[in-house]
Amino acid sequence: MSEKLIEVNNLKKYFKTKNGLLHAVDDVSFHIDKGETLGLVGESGCGKSTLGRAIIRLSDPTAGEVIFHGQDITKLSAREMMKIRQNMQIVFQDPYASLDGRKNLFESIAEPLKVQKVFSNNADLEKKVFELMDTVGLARRLANTYPHELDGGRRQRVGVARALALNPEFMVLDEPVSALDVSIQAQIINLLEELQDKLGLTYLFISHDLSVVKHISDRIAVMYLGKMVELTDYKTIFNDPLHPYTQALLSAIPVPRLDVKRERIILQGDVPSPVNPKPGCRFAGRCMFCQDRCREEEPELKEYSPGHFAACHRAMELKESGGKAE
Amino acid sequence: MMSEDKLLEIKDLTVEYRTVDGVVHAVTDLNISIGKGQTLGLVGETGAGKTTTVKSIMRILPDPPAKIVSGEILFEGEDLLKKPESHMREIRGEKISMIFQDPMTSLNPTIPVLDQISEAIVLHNKITKQEAEQRAGDMLELVGIRRERGSDYPHQFSGGMKQRVVIAMALACNPQLLIADEPTTALDVTIQAQVLELMKEIIRTRDTSVIMITHDLGIVAEICDYVAIMYAGEVVEYGTLRQVFENPKHPYTVGLFGCIPDLYAEDDALIPIKGLMPDPVNLPEGCRFHPRCNQVCEKCSRERPHMVEIEPGHFVNCHLMVPETEQGGEQDV
Amino acid sequence: MTQNNAAASAPVQETYKKRGQGKEIWRRFRRSKSAMLGLFILLTLIFMAVFAGVLTPYDPTEPDVPIRLMKPFVDSAHILGTDELGRDIFTRLCFGARISLAVGLIAVSISLIGGITLGSLAGYYGGTLDNVIMRFIDILMAIPSILLNISIVAAMGQGLQNVMIAIGISSMPGYCRIMRASILSLKDQEFIEASRAAGASDFHIIVHHIIPNCLAPLIVQATLRVGGSILACASLSFIGVGIVPPTPEWGAMLSTGRDFLRDAPHLTTIPGITIMLAVLCMNFIGDGLRDALDPKLKN
Repeated sequence: MSEKLIEVNNLKKYFKTKNGLLHAVDDVSFHIDKGETLGLVGESGCGKSTLGRAIIRLSDPTAGEVIFHGQDITKLSAREMMKIRQNMQIVFQDPYASLDGRKNLFESIAEPLKVQKVFSNNADLEKKVFELMDTVGLARRLANTYPHELDGGRRQRVGVARALALNPEFMVLDEPVSALDVSIQAQIINLLEELQDKLGLTYLFISHDLSVVKHISDRIAVMYLGKMVELTDYKTIFNDPLHPYTQALLSAIPVPRLDVKRERIILQGDVPSPVNPKPGCRFAGRCMFCQDRCREEEPELKEYSPGHFAACHRAMELKESGGKAE
Repeated sequence: MMSEDKLLEIKDLTVEYRTVDGVVHAVTDLNISIGKGQTLGLVGETGAGKTTTVKSIMRILPDPPAKIVSGEILFEGEDLLKKPESHMREIRGEKISMIFQDPMTSLNPTIPVLDQISEAIVLHNKITKQEAEQRAGDMLELVGIRRERGSDYPHQFSGGMKQRVVIAMALACNPQLLIADEPTTALDVTIQAQVLELMKEIIRTRDTSVIMITHDLGIVAEICDYVAIMYAGEVVEYGTLRQVFENPKHPYTVGLFGCIPDLYAEDDALIPIKGLMPDPVNLPEGCRFHPRCNQVCEKCSRERPHMVEIEPGHFVNCHLMVPETEQGGEQDV
Repeated sequence: MTQNNAAASAPVQETYKKRGQGKEIWRRFRRSKSAMLGLFILLTLIFMAVFAGVLTPYDPTEPDVPIRLMKPFVDSAHILGTDELGRDIFTRLCFGARISLAVGLIAVSISLIGGITLGSLAGYYGGTLDNVIMRFIDILMAIPSILLNISIVAAMGQGLQNVMIAIGISSMPGYCRIMRASILSLKDQEFIEASRAAGASDFHIIVHHIIPNCLAPLIVQATLRVGGSILACASLSFIGVGIVPPTPEWGAMLSTGRDFLRDAPHLTTIPGITIMLAVLCMNFIGDGLRDALDPKLKN
């Protein structure tokens, strides 16, 4: 079996708002193996980005632990954390916002190396930055250009190069291709896959686009309103989804094929507010299979078959009846 | 392109933006048409000229810098480009209306939604305020919002609900042509599904023609009858949904399909299109796609290709194509 | 798109040699005509201040009553005329430039440094610290600046140095608020988070990312305040708590000339025009500098 690189236990992240506590991430547990890609999907406001940031401690979690190499990093001091940061990096969604418009491309890529004082002389630094630019497919002549002079795809390559600078083992990819055009999106996805093969990276790939997540991930976790509702390998989640939300989400994706006929589940209503959520299943209000029990008791994430977790009271029952309501 | 009842026909439209950096060739020699009750998908990446095209139909291009250099836009047989502005104002909203990408910015935050809808109705119809409000309420119900919520302000609605209000507003005067510019891009998948379902329903029941701008081929497959693929200001492929999706011919169209991960295929290696969109100030000679094309031949960098009808109603703008009448066997792409 | 052009036109290079930032800024600065004019005026004024003793044979404080209120451009020995005590106005302008320019520039530097520091602390750390700093700034703003200047000078004692400090403190709130507002809008941006993810310290983030990105509004405010400071110094002199006569200072010249407005308008107009030129040139330079510092405006 592969070894666990990261283990997240009962992680919670709440924000204080005027109207009460916002449960952005609520009691989430999972692990990521070394060298695998875990896809994290969900709609806006489900807490997937907050979770990604809390794991690498860009924001401090409210409760729970994140075990990285056997060490709970949520308890580390800022100074100790600075060393660990080298091993965990993040690539952001908007490559324009994640680069400082007043720094040229070389300075942007060199920044992590300078901050961590990796090299003592400039020649080594320069060599490393150029190597990174080669790795992500940026021409060396671009070193002096500024972000606004580059297109979205190249900017995102800078973002990737920056994240790679410190040779991390683990990378959080927060919607890295969502802001890009499809033809460029494919280039970046392929780049990320190549890098993973070559450098043995472990990814947490956050996206709202299920087809991209399915393409790149080994396992996929689905989040809804701060909760993880389903977690399994990429094939099972598409062929045999257990949670009604996963089923609805899958059926909602427009597919560019004419030969696939699907029955579409249209969810009623909107995602409710994550501020002071009601007891019971978070999805109860929109679920077509909802029963009294769902409104009262919160379902736990249970393992239904090896490696296939879902948080639904009626998962088994629905599976046996073929997903039909009574 | 289609012989039956044409509602809108764009002929040889060329639009440029004259900026300090040079002339941006936004749209070049564009020909498309749409019949009554049909839905046309306009597909392309950023900078393909989709929005410029529909803004020329509405005549809402910022001038300067935009300049319609040549072409005709025939709506019910009349050239919109020759109409005086006062006449255009009557057409906008009443006969042609538009839905924008971002529902947040298309609504006035200080006016209750019902009033915003009835305002549009009163503007184009000689009816009393009560009648207009009655009709606005009907429109809200049509898009699945309870009438009572009409007195609410836009911020009290969620993103998906706001887009429903925008759709209600666009349909309030029963336009013959509805232009939707990426209407669901800002929405979540499950909300997008709701809005698409609503639009399908409207198209089916109201006999409205729709031009749907999108970059998502999945949405096109779902609601369009015809597809026009745009690249760097030109239509590179045009045909019925079935023709373009089952038998894509232009290397760019083929490339686009290769870039999208397939949910239903086991092995779905992505085949990206190499390179980047060309600079619209400095477009490549010959075929505009040739620097990125994987089947480029010597002719492509010299000569601009022409639209070739490879089967009835299926047009491709590529040198590789041979017209149906001349060809022995179809060239495979 | 246009990016490709820029990328393609950059010279092919295998080793990284940073395009000299200073050279680049100077190249962009030079392109603005008004900024160059401003720079020219400023250099002239500085030249006048530095070589005041060489440029004129007269003493700026020694009265020569017989030739008082001489009109300008009549006598080539006193090209700008003389004032109510017969002192050569050109001489006093040159010597006055030493004080007025120093007050303008130093007072602005004091308020700039104080404002940036307080604004950064308030904006970046927020919470209680933000509250304390901003309430202090509110108090400063609530007191009319002239009153504030008077009380600070009164407390610390008269003298050029204290006048500069007083003016510096009273114009601090503007910078502080600008800095805080810019930081609030910047601090949640992803490039700040990206920098933190790389392990950067708060100090590194403020110095390397936040201040360069807040520079534009700060520069505009600073150049506007140079003129304001010169005028503030003048009004302090007028009240009698600033520069003590007969020390030449533009503001003081302006206010003493007031009594002779009818008979000898040049006593007020000449220093007035000089102050205006100084303010104008600083504004021109500020605009040019703001544009030159922004790499996005390269083309």
